[in-house]
Amino acid sequence: MLKVRKLSVTFRTEQGMVQAVDHVSFDVGEGELLGVVGESGSGKTVSLLAVMGLITDPNAVITGSIQYRGRELVGMKPRDMRALRGKEIAMIFQDPMTALTPVYTIGWQIAEQVLAHEKISKAAAWQRAIDLLAEVNIPNPQEAVHRYPHQLSGGMRQRVVIAMALSCNPALLVADEPTTALDVTVQAQILDLLHKLRRNHGSAIVFITHDMGVMAEIADRMLVMYAGRVVERGTKEELFLQPLHPYTRALLDSIPPLTGEKPKRLRAIPGTPPNLLNRPLGCAFAPRCIERFEKCSAEPALGDGKNAAACFRVSA
Amino acid sequence: MSAPLLEVVDVAKRFSAGTRFSRQGVRIVHALDGVSFTVMPGETLGLVGESGCGKSTLGRCITRLYDLTSGTLRFAGTDISALSQRQMRPMRRRIQMVFQDPYASLNPRRRVRDLIAEPLRVHTGMSEAEISKRIAELLDIVGLKPDHAMRFPHEFSGGQRQRIGIARAIALNPELIVLDEPVSALDVSVQAQIVNLLADLQERLNLTYIFIAHDLSVVRQVSTRIAVMYLGSIVEMGSADDIFSRPAHPYTQALISAVPVPDLAAQGSTKRIVLTGDVPSPVNPPSGCRFHTRCPIAQDRCRSERPVLVPSAPQRSVACHFPTC
Repeated sequence: MLKVRKLSVTFRTEQGMVQAVDHVSFDVGEGELLGVVGESGSGKTVSLLAVMGLITDPNAVITGSIQYRGRELVGMKPRDMRALRGKEIAMIFQDPMTALTPVYTIGWQIAEQVLAHEKISKAAAWQRAIDLLAEVNIPNPQEAVHRYPHQLSGGMRQRVVIAMALSCNPALLVADEPTTALDVTVQAQILDLLHKLRRNHGSAIVFITHDMGVMAEIADRMLVMYAGRVVERGTKEELFLQPLHPYTRALLDSIPPLTGEKPKRLRAIPGTPPNLLNRPLGCAFAPRCIERFEKCSAEPALGDGKNAAACFRVSA
Repeated sequence: MSAPLLEVVDVAKRFSAGTRFSRQGVRIVHALDGVSFTVMPGETLGLVGESGCGKSTLGRCITRLYDLTSGTLRFAGTDISALSQRQMRPMRRRIQMVFQDPYASLNPRRRVRDLIAEPLRVHTGMSEAEISKRIAELLDIVGLKPDHAMRFPHEFSGGQRQRIGIARAIALNPELIVLDEPVSALDVSVQAQIVNLLADLQERLNLTYIFIAHDLSVVRQVSTRIAVMYLGSIVEMGSADDIFSRPAHPYTQALISAVPVPDLAAQGSTKRIVLTGDVPSPVNPPSGCRFHTRCPIAQDRCRSERPVLVPSAPQRSVACHFPTC
């Protein structure tokens, strides 16, 4: 349903061109949950903002193709994009406090979105807001619609944001680190809720996170991003049980285990993620990679297979 | 057995919120309530709990950045709970702190060398030449290069900034370092580097740590003992292995089970306990056991009678009327 091909996003800055997303391609099937993992600055958020048509910075250059059910989104008129966004493609943001406006009640905010996309009465939209709040397990939804965001806890606010995203029954939901700002016990509640909603609505979800644990729990397929590129793709099982790319392996190894023997030292990845203004030539991970060899000074390509990694060690 | 380095006895901290002109009047936030524990030299005590449980407040009380409302703090046998800021000064050499946000805790207008030199200038009579030598030594210990000394904080990545914060904290050879979420603002790949660095420093400089974090897998990795906090009190305390392999308090069990594990093989082997609702407000904490509003096994007794932290086994204590082990 969503076909992204060679998507690149480049920002013009005073220091030069920053290629935040570099020839990224991926597909999302109907009802599928695609997990996108990567560290800060790996381009995971920017590539999905491009899908949402939310990159409005005049200094951004977007190239490539994003097809949603056969319609091209790159270069689409803002007016057409607005009709699609919120209705067919919706987004859940990381920080629920900034995603909600502090000056209106949450009921108003949900109803507004419904009214923007559907021809229904205000009363019906209001009723829909109450039903949605009930669906995301907000206690006492009749009363909760009258509350303002600051009166709710972080977990409750994230539920409101989810209710808003679901308000028009979108076919595709983009969730950008929806649980990162939450405590673990609340995160567990929200992940449970997403499971339930996925069963009931059948929406496809693109879930961005840096937490491999969350990924293991919910994803069907995964993309691993590093320095603006996809370095590995595959099913969850493939990535966790037989990671191909040295970066994926190193990432999994650097997480302290919750059970079993404690390692004396963690296997850290040396160095830091590259500065995109000054990206290393060839494989961007090579300077930190323990498996690098001569070939890594060239740029490895990501194969076409369902399970592929952009690494010369793998293709060799 | 040696004497404890730090003894915390029945410490409470209350803040007042609002003024008498606010709608609800002055409200009292019970941030910490009856917290007691000891820390032995050379160990790492992990403090875990969700946001608002008081773990950072406790860290700031121990370093006396906050004054206690009541209770006693004894550091190496000396009562430091009522010392004035001036009297506290010689103690500060021995108790240092590393903060969560390495972007906010370093003055952006000062060079790295001045940031690290400050504690040396305040507390020692070292000459400039000695200070320069010490800075070079400290940068080397934390894995930075000598030429980094003349740079400003914005020129560094998050991991490197945290190294600067650590260099500053160890500059005076302290005995105790309170680490308040030192790795939670960092990417996973960098987080592991800092965890390893802290472990190396502890061994090399004979440090004692109080490690505050909400990430349970990191806390398990670094801690000798762990105290689990909920709404201003410790609900369970024990060795890191015991807490994780045999959690006795229902809150600890729920907390551990809620952590998503990046291991497909382990999934489904443990039942996840999903707590309902949110943490109650510390302005108006629940009666009895503070966890009873979310506890899956709460009884009538839990609503009226507050359980105290009692030893349940050697090196182990639980504040629950119905502990599971």
